[in-house]
Amino acid sequence: MEAKDIMSPENVVYKKPTLLNDTNMHYCPGCSHGVVHKLVAEVIEEMGLEDKAVGVSPVGCAVFAYNYIDIDWQEAAHGRAPAIATGIKRCWPDRLVFTYQGDGDLACIGTCETIHALNRGENIVIIFVNNAIYGMTGGQMAPTTLIGQKTSTCPYGRDPEIHGYPLKMADIAAQLEGTCYVTRQSVESVASINKAKKALKKAFQASMDGKGSSLVEFVSTCNSGWKLSPVKANEWMKENMFPFYPKGDLKDTTGEK
Amino acid sequence: MKGAIVIDTTRCKGCVLCVEACPQNVIALAGKVNVHGYPYVEAVKQDSCVGCASCGIVCPDGCITVYRKRMED
Amino acid sequence: MAEQKDVVLMKGNEAIAHAAIRCGCDGYFGYPITPQSEVIETLAELKPWETTGMQVVQAESELASIYMVYGAAGAGKRAMTSSSSPGVALMQEGITYMAGAELPGVFVNVQRGGPGLGTIQPSQGDYFQATRGGGNGDYNVIVLAPASVQEMADFVDLAFELAFKYRNPAMILSDGVIGQMMEKVVLPPFKPRRTDEEVIAQCPWASTGKTKNRKRNVITSLELKPEEMEKRNLALQEKYKQIRENEVRYETQQCDDADYLIVAFGSAARIGEKAVEIAREEGLKVGLFRPITLWPFPTKEIAQMAKGKKGVLVAEINAGQMVQDVRLAINGAVPVEQFGRLGGIVPEPEEIVNALKTKLM
Repeated sequence: MEAKDIMSPENVVYKKPTLLNDTNMHYCPGCSHGVVHKLVAEVIEEMGLEDKAVGVSPVGCAVFAYNYIDIDWQEAAHGRAPAIATGIKRCWPDRLVFTYQGDGDLACIGTCETIHALNRGENIVIIFVNNAIYGMTGGQMAPTTLIGQKTSTCPYGRDPEIHGYPLKMADIAAQLEGTCYVTRQSVESVASINKAKKALKKAFQASMDGKGSSLVEFVSTCNSGWKLSPVKANEWMKENMFPFYPKGDLKDTTGEK
Repeated sequence: MKGAIVIDTTRCKGCVLCVEACPQNVIALAGKVNVHGYPYVEAVKQDSCVGCASCGIVCPDGCITVYRKRMED
Repeated sequence: MAEQKDVVLMKGNEAIAHAAIRCGCDGYFGYPITPQSEVIETLAELKPWETTGMQVVQAESELASIYMVYGAAGAGKRAMTSSSSPGVALMQEGITYMAGAELPGVFVNVQRGGPGLGTIQPSQGDYFQATRGGGNGDYNVIVLAPASVQEMADFVDLAFELAFKYRNPAMILSDGVIGQMMEKVVLPPFKPRRTDEEVIAQCPWASTGKTKNRKRNVITSLELKPEEMEKRNLALQEKYKQIRENEVRYETQQCDDADYLIVAFGSAARIGEKAVEIAREEGLKVGLFRPITLWPFPTKEIAQMAKGKKGVLVAEINAGQMVQDVRLAINGAVPVEQFGRLGGIVPEPEEIVNALKTKLM
């Protein structure tokens, strides 16, 4: 059988989601953002919510997320996405409203907005791409940078004496009464991507069902900032990030409400 | 099962996560660069493809369309 | 719940709350700060989410408040917030973002003494912040300056109308005197909130959910290509030119035959009215020019009115802010002096009359 005999439309088992448009994404080769974008697009498409979805994009590498996923978007000031999402969802309660944020946006300048939107139980989903570094601005230390990890503003390694400790935002979120679903996922393998997609779908559904706020953290790589190849970055992530930011559901009360 | 893949080489950035993910060694760097200056990958052993879609799933840029057909014996 | 009569005695801050509900506001997002906490307290007591469906959210900070307004306004809804000087300082980033993204948000500043944490007593020290654009970049917000509880009530709908007409943030620049004083007010009639369909029809640019018949809407103030950013900025400047030509509002009292003018806004104008009365009783021909829009400033109108006068006194409760705009307008044709009190002290009418005599006669 020739390859061209197999390549007919009814035989497609995987392709780029339609909601992810044809614009080439600006992310570095191998960046986790690309995979997370694909999942967001796939889940919105599968849930039939293209005409109801409003995303809020961050300041960070994903500032141009609005150029790639074909839904309505609002660009947020650094850290303020959860407040913007609150304004949208409160006034349009039947819309799917989510934020898409990195570790600086969500866990540094935006910590207050993150905690309070989650705590108020706003029916939104906060997507958190955590790669323990500030990618867009050139690789500085983030609030989630690991002890000993080297970045341009802690070139000798993060030292708690000088820099304090990394923040575990998902653990904080799981303590808040307003959250209904808090989970950590990753997107480096087929198995983890499939699990991550299910988690994202659960979170989106919970927000549409009015069950409260969700935080979906994607433990991710930044091969440029970490100065590793994409393949090696995945390995480094597995060895160093996963033990500190363990994957799985930290809270799930979606079944109870 | 037999599979076949089509790679959008203008989207490809040569991250080779697909090469790493493929259980059948179907994909490799083509040794050329595309219009954006990125080295891209190509299917070098299309015949070995079983259509598992691992490549397509892990690709951060959605470059790969995967086909699969049940072989009639 | 008591029946809301249409003519009532209430505080300026309370009037803002009542007017917001009555003009079909979709959401109020605010944070307590003296001297304007009555706005959110009144809204909380009136529970409009049970009647008109208007959302009332106590946000975690003024930073969060202005961005909740950004989000709702970006989705085409009538959204507003209120604060006082230090809180409005925090909001400056959100305001420039709204100006850049061209969003029709409304915000109220009930000014207090500054700088910094300042005092809780009234001032007009945020004139520069309001009219010069306290955030970054070339932008302006429409600024309405009420001088009575009635205007506090009337300006909420006016601010929204102007904000949506021009897709630009609009502010009501009040102060602790107007916010806290009680006067009779005729509350505006109830106007229902727009339906979802009406919002989408009025605001086809808004992020309401991309339906198949259109491209996606992106609400953003970011544009990295310089040529595109220049185009955007030129379009904004053209918009501001339109606003300057069409939306100037002001009031005059006894200016035509006056030898001297007092120019004042807000509570200073109320005191100025009394100063005019006192001066006239003494045989001095004084008139009051009250700008109602501080941006767009009634530049041409003040220049015209000042022609042939012997002097102009700008009475404002700050160290000299609006006087700059008055001087620019009059352009040296007539002497312009300024009188103000600081520290949260509200001047007496006699002080203004004395200042006029001392500085201009």
